[in-house]
Amino acid sequence: MTAPTLDTTGPAAPPRKNGELVFEAPWESRIFGVTMALYGAGHFAWEDFRARLIAEIAERERRDVPWSYYACWAAALERLLAAKNLCPTPELDQRERELAHRPPGHDH
Amino acid sequence: MTMADRDPALRAEALESLLREKGLLDPAAVDGIIRLYEQDIGPMNGAKVVARAWVDPDYRRRLLADGTRAIAELGFGGPQGEHIVAVENTSDVHNVVVCTLCSCYPWPVLGLPPSWYKDPAYRSRVVREPRAVLAEMGLVLDDTVEIRVWDSSAEVRYLVLPERPGGTEGLGEDALAALVTRDAMIGVARARAPAP
Repeated sequence: MTAPTLDTTGPAAPPRKNGELVFEAPWESRIFGVTMALYGAGHFAWEDFRARLIAEIAERERRDVPWSYYACWAAALERLLAAKNLCPTPELDQRERELAHRPPGHDH
Repeated sequence: MTMADRDPALRAEALESLLREKGLLDPAAVDGIIRLYEQDIGPMNGAKVVARAWVDPDYRRRLLADGTRAIAELGFGGPQGEHIVAVENTSDVHNVVVCTLCSCYPWPVLGLPPSWYKDPAYRSRVVREPRAVLAEMGLVLDDTVEIRVWDSSAEVRYLVLPERPGGTEGLGEDALAALVTRDAMIGVARARAPAP
Protein backbone atom coordinates (compact mmCIF):
# COMPACT_ATOMS: atom_id res chain seq x y z
CA MET A 1 0.00 0.00 0.00
CA THR A 2 1.24 3.46 -0.80
CA ALA A 3 0.64 5.63 2.22
CA PRO A 4 -0.90 8.99 1.44
CA THR A 5 0.97 11.99 2.70
CA LEU A 6 -1.02 13.05 5.73
CA ASP A 7 -1.12 16.77 6.30
CA THR A 8 1.10 17.82 9.17
CA THR A 9 -0.10 21.39 9.39
CA GLY A 10 -3.37 23.13 8.60
CA PRO A 11 -6.94 22.09 9.41
CA ALA A 12 -6.69 18.64 7.82
CA ALA A 13 -3.69 17.56 9.88
CA PRO A 14 -4.41 14.75 12.39
CA PRO A 15 -3.63 15.43 16.07
CA ARG A 16 -0.12 14.47 17.01
CA LYS A 17 1.99 14.48 20.10
CA ASN A 18 5.73 14.41 19.72
CA GLY A 19 5.23 13.46 16.10
CA GLU A 20 3.11 10.42 16.93
CA LEU A 21 -0.49 10.25 15.85
CA VAL A 22 -2.74 10.54 18.87
CA PHE A 23 -6.08 8.78 19.22
CA GLU A 24 -8.26 9.65 22.16
CA ALA A 25 -10.59 6.67 21.85
CA PRO A 26 -10.36 3.26 20.18
CA TRP A 27 -13.00 4.16 17.60
CA GLU A 28 -10.80 7.00 16.38
CA SER A 29 -7.99 4.63 15.51
CA ARG A 30 -10.49 2.21 13.92
CA ILE A 31 -11.98 4.85 11.65
CA PHE A 32 -8.48 6.02 10.76
CA GLY A 33 -7.42 2.45 9.92
CA VAL A 34 -10.60 1.80 7.93
CA THR A 35 -10.00 4.95 5.90
CA MET A 36 -6.41 4.06 5.13
CA ALA A 37 -7.33 0.47 4.22
CA LEU A 38 -10.05 1.63 1.81
CA TYR A 39 -7.70 4.18 0.32
CA GLY A 40 -4.96 1.57 0.04
CA ALA A 41 -7.35 -0.72 -1.82
CA GLY A 42 -8.00 2.08 -4.30
CA HIS A 43 -11.59 2.89 -3.37
CA PHE A 44 -11.08 6.63 -3.48
CA ALA A 45 -8.54 9.31 -4.25
CA TRP A 46 -6.89 10.85 -1.22
CA GLU A 47 -7.62 14.37 -2.37
CA ASP A 48 -11.37 13.61 -2.47
CA PHE A 49 -11.27 12.53 1.14
CA ARG A 50 -9.06 15.39 2.21
CA ALA A 51 -11.31 17.99 0.60
CA ARG A 52 -14.33 16.57 2.46
CA LEU A 53 -12.42 16.49 5.73
CA ILE A 54 -11.43 20.13 5.37
CA ALA A 55 -15.05 21.00 4.55
CA GLU A 56 -16.37 19.16 7.63
CA ILE A 57 -13.92 20.95 9.89
CA ALA A 58 -14.68 24.34 8.32
CA GLU A 59 -18.40 23.75 8.69
CA ARG A 60 -18.14 23.03 12.41
CA GLU A 61 -15.80 25.94 12.98
CA ARG A 62 -18.21 28.21 11.14
CA ARG A 63 -21.08 27.10 13.35
CA ASP A 64 -18.82 27.53 16.36
CA VAL A 65 -19.90 24.24 17.91
CA PRO A 66 -17.64 21.90 19.86
CA TRP A 67 -16.12 19.35 17.53
CA SER A 68 -13.46 16.72 17.48
CA TYR A 69 -11.05 16.07 14.69
CA TYR A 70 -12.00 12.42 14.27
CA ALA A 71 -15.73 13.18 14.38
CA CYS A 72 -15.07 15.34 11.32
CA TRP A 73 -12.94 12.60 9.83
CA ALA A 74 -15.70 10.01 10.35
CA ALA A 75 -18.33 12.30 8.84
CA ALA A 76 -16.10 12.99 5.84
CA LEU A 77 -15.54 9.29 5.24
CA GLU A 78 -19.20 8.46 5.66
CA ARG A 79 -20.27 11.08 3.14
CA LEU A 80 -17.57 10.10 0.68
CA LEU A 81 -18.57 6.43 0.81
CA ALA A 82 -22.24 7.34 0.47
CA ALA A 83 -21.49 9.55 -2.53
CA LYS A 84 -19.61 6.69 -4.16
CA ASN A 85 -22.45 4.33 -3.27
CA LEU A 86 -19.99 2.09 -1.47
CA CYS A 87 -21.87 2.43 1.79
CA PRO A 88 -25.30 4.05 1.41
CA THR A 89 -26.48 6.00 4.45
CA PRO A 90 -29.76 4.07 4.96
CA GLU A 91 -27.83 0.81 5.16
CA LEU A 92 -25.45 2.34 7.65
CA ASP A 93 -28.32 3.70 9.76
CA GLN A 94 -29.91 0.25 9.74
CA ARG A 95 -26.67 -1.43 10.82
CA GLU A 96 -26.18 1.11 13.56
CA ARG A 97 -29.69 0.42 14.90
CA GLU A 98 -29.03 -3.32 14.88
CA LEU A 99 -25.81 -2.88 16.81
CA ALA A 100 -27.49 -0.54 19.28
CA HIS A 101 -30.04 -3.21 20.07
CA ARG A 102 -27.61 -5.95 20.84
CA PRO A 103 -28.24 -7.52 24.23
CA PRO A 104 -25.99 -6.21 26.99
CA GLY A 105 -22.73 -8.04 27.35
CA HIS A 106 -22.46 -8.75 23.62
CA ASP A 107 -18.78 -7.99 23.66
CA HIS A 108 -17.87 -10.41 26.42
CA MET B 1 -31.02 11.40 15.00
CA THR B 2 -28.46 14.11 14.29
CA MET B 3 -24.75 13.63 14.04
CA ALA B 4 -24.26 15.26 17.42
CA ASP B 5 -26.48 12.74 19.22
CA ARG B 6 -24.68 9.76 17.83
CA ASP B 7 -22.36 7.52 19.67
CA PRO B 8 -19.34 7.83 17.38
CA ALA B 9 -17.97 4.46 18.46
CA LEU B 10 -21.21 2.73 17.48
CA ARG B 11 -21.34 4.54 14.16
CA ALA B 12 -17.73 3.61 13.41
CA GLU B 13 -18.40 0.00 14.32
CA ALA B 14 -21.47 -0.06 12.07
CA LEU B 15 -19.45 1.36 9.19
CA GLU B 16 -16.65 -1.13 9.60
CA SER B 17 -19.02 -4.08 9.94
CA LEU B 18 -20.95 -3.08 6.82
CA LEU B 19 -17.82 -2.55 4.75
CA ARG B 20 -16.45 -5.88 5.86
CA GLU B 21 -19.69 -7.59 4.89
CA LYS B 22 -19.54 -5.97 1.48
CA GLY B 23 -16.05 -7.34 1.02
CA LEU B 24 -14.54 -3.87 0.80
CA LEU B 25 -12.47 -4.18 3.92
CA ASP B 26 -10.02 -6.66 5.37
CA PRO B 27 -10.08 -6.35 9.17
CA ALA B 28 -6.52 -7.63 9.45
CA ALA B 29 -5.39 -4.86 7.11
CA VAL B 30 -7.05 -2.30 9.38
CA ASP B 31 -5.25 -3.70 12.41
CA GLY B 32 -1.94 -3.60 10.55
CA ILE B 33 -2.44 -0.03 9.42
CA ILE B 34 -3.28 1.19 12.91
CA ARG B 35 -0.18 -0.50 14.25
CA LEU B 36 1.93 0.97 11.47
CA TYR B 37 0.77 4.52 12.02
CA GLU B 38 0.85 4.38 15.80
CA GLN B 39 4.27 2.84 15.99
CA ASP B 40 6.22 3.61 12.87
CA ILE B 41 5.01 6.74 11.20
CA GLY B 42 5.27 9.06 14.13
CA PRO B 43 8.62 10.73 14.56
CA MET B 44 8.14 13.33 11.89
CA ASN B 45 10.12 15.97 13.68
CA GLY B 46 13.32 14.01 13.36
CA ALA B 47 12.46 13.13 9.77
CA LYS B 48 12.20 16.83 8.93
CA VAL B 49 15.58 17.43 10.50
CA VAL B 50 17.11 14.64 8.44
CA ALA B 51 15.47 15.80 5.22
CA ARG B 52 16.73 19.33 5.76
CA ALA B 53 20.24 18.01 6.37
CA TRP B 54 20.05 16.03 3.13
CA VAL B 55 19.14 19.02 0.99
CA ASP B 56 21.05 21.78 2.75
CA PRO B 57 24.80 21.17 3.27
CA ASP B 58 25.12 24.19 5.56
CA TYR B 59 22.33 22.90 7.76
CA ARG B 60 23.96 19.46 7.78
CA ARG B 61 27.21 21.01 9.03
CA ARG B 62 25.37 22.92 11.74
CA LEU B 63 23.46 19.79 12.76
CA LEU B 64 26.62 17.73 13.13
CA ALA B 65 28.38 20.55 14.98
CA ASP B 66 25.58 21.32 17.44
CA GLY B 67 22.56 19.05 17.17
CA THR B 68 20.42 20.73 19.77
CA ARG B 69 20.82 24.17 18.24
CA ALA B 70 20.24 23.01 14.66
CA ILE B 71 17.16 21.07 15.73
CA ALA B 72 15.87 24.13 17.57
CA GLU B 73 16.14 26.06 14.29
CA LEU B 74 13.25 23.93 13.05
CA GLY B 75 11.29 24.64 16.21
CA PHE B 76 11.89 21.38 18.05
CA GLY B 77 13.15 21.16 21.58
CA GLY B 78 12.06 20.59 25.12
CA PRO B 79 12.28 17.82 27.70
CA GLN B 80 14.81 15.10 26.90
CA GLY B 81 16.21 17.17 24.08
CA GLU B 82 18.59 19.44 25.93
CA HIS B 83 21.70 17.95 24.39
CA ILE B 84 21.19 16.06 21.15
CA VAL B 85 24.17 14.89 19.17
CA ALA B 86 23.61 13.95 15.53
CA VAL B 87 25.83 11.19 14.15
CA GLU B 88 26.16 10.68 10.44
CA ASN B 89 26.03 7.40 8.57
CA THR B 90 28.30 7.04 5.57
CA SER B 91 29.21 4.19 3.26
CA ASP B 92 31.98 3.27 5.73
CA VAL B 93 30.44 3.99 9.12
CA HIS B 94 27.10 2.98 10.55
CA ASN B 95 25.82 4.45 13.80
CA VAL B 96 23.31 2.85 16.13
CA VAL B 97 21.88 4.24 19.35
CA VAL B 98 21.07 2.49 22.59
CA CYS B 99 20.56 3.38 26.19
CA THR B 100 22.16 0.62 28.18
CA LEU B 101 21.02 2.02 31.51
CA CYS B 102 17.38 2.73 30.85
CA SER B 103 15.63 4.18 27.87
CA CYS B 104 17.03 7.65 27.31
CA TYR B 105 15.78 8.82 23.96
CA PRO B 106 15.58 12.13 22.07
CA TRP B 107 11.86 12.77 22.58
CA PRO B 108 11.61 16.09 20.74
CA VAL B 109 12.72 14.51 17.48
CA LEU B 110 11.68 10.88 17.76
CA GLY B 111 8.61 10.82 19.98
CA LEU B 112 8.37 8.03 22.51
CA PRO B 113 10.71 5.06 22.24
CA PRO B 114 9.47 1.79 20.77
CA SER B 115 9.07 -1.11 23.17
CA TRP B 116 12.11 -3.02 21.88
CA TYR B 117 14.33 -0.03 22.63
CA LYS B 118 13.51 -0.54 26.31
CA ASP B 119 14.01 -4.28 26.11
CA PRO B 120 16.92 -5.59 28.21
CA ALA B 121 17.97 -7.87 25.35
CA TYR B 122 18.43 -5.00 22.89
CA ARG B 123 20.11 -2.78 25.46
CA SER B 124 22.74 -5.32 26.43
CA ARG B 125 23.28 -7.18 23.18
CA VAL B 126 23.58 -4.29 20.73
CA VAL B 127 26.72 -3.17 22.55
CA ARG B 128 28.34 -6.62 22.54
CA GLU B 129 27.31 -7.83 19.11
CA PRO B 130 25.81 -4.96 17.13
CA ARG B 131 26.29 -6.60 13.73
CA ALA B 132 24.33 -9.66 14.77
CA VAL B 133 21.57 -7.66 16.45
CA LEU B 134 21.18 -5.38 13.42
CA ALA B 135 21.07 -8.38 11.11
CA GLU B 136 18.34 -9.92 13.26
CA MET B 137 16.41 -6.66 12.91
CA GLY B 138 16.74 -6.86 9.15
CA LEU B 139 19.75 -4.63 8.59
CA VAL B 140 22.62 -6.63 7.18
CA LEU B 141 25.79 -4.57 6.96
CA ASP B 142 28.85 -5.43 4.98
CA ASP B 143 31.78 -6.58 7.12
CA THR B 144 33.79 -3.61 5.90
CA VAL B 145 31.35 -1.16 7.49
CA GLU B 146 32.43 0.05 10.89
CA ILE B 147 29.60 0.04 13.44
CA ARG B 148 29.61 2.68 16.16
CA VAL B 149 27.29 2.13 19.09
CA TRP B 150 26.27 5.28 20.97
CA ASP B 151 25.13 4.86 24.53
CA SER B 152 22.64 7.56 25.48
CA SER B 153 22.79 9.10 28.89
CA ALA B 154 20.91 11.60 30.95
CA GLU B 155 23.15 14.30 29.45
CA VAL B 156 23.41 13.26 25.81
CA ARG B 157 20.85 11.88 23.37
CA TYR B 158 21.79 10.74 19.90
CA LEU B 159 20.08 11.08 16.56
CA VAL B 160 21.34 9.09 13.61
CA LEU B 161 21.53 10.96 10.32
CA PRO B 162 20.90 8.13 7.86
CA GLU B 163 22.37 8.02 4.37
CA ARG B 164 20.21 9.62 1.74
CA PRO B 165 18.78 6.83 -0.44
CA GLY B 166 19.75 6.73 -4.09
CA GLY B 167 17.27 7.87 -6.70
CA THR B 168 16.03 10.77 -4.58
CA GLU B 169 17.79 13.60 -6.38
CA GLY B 170 14.57 15.18 -7.61
CA LEU B 171 12.63 14.93 -4.34
CA GLY B 172 11.72 17.89 -2.15
CA GLU B 173 12.05 18.01 1.62
CA ASP B 174 8.55 16.74 2.39
CA ALA B 175 8.94 13.75 0.11
CA LEU B 176 12.38 13.04 1.55
CA ALA B 177 11.11 13.27 5.13
CA ALA B 178 8.54 10.59 4.31
CA LEU B 179 11.42 8.19 3.65
CA VAL B 180 12.96 8.70 7.08
CA THR B 181 11.67 6.22 9.63
CA ARG B 182 12.07 6.19 13.36
CA ASP B 183 14.17 3.04 13.07
CA ALA B 184 16.49 4.72 10.59
CA MET B 185 17.10 7.53 13.08
CA ILE B 186 17.89 5.02 15.83
CA GLY B 187 20.21 3.28 13.40
CA VAL B 188 18.56 -0.12 13.18
CA ALA B 189 17.37 0.40 9.61
CA ARG B 190 18.16 2.38 6.48
CA ALA B 191 16.01 5.18 5.19
CA ARG B 192 13.34 3.88 2.83
CA ALA B 193 13.93 3.75 -0.88
CA PRO B 194 11.61 6.03 -2.85
CA ALA B 195 8.57 4.47 -4.50
CA PRO B 196 9.43 3.59 -8.10
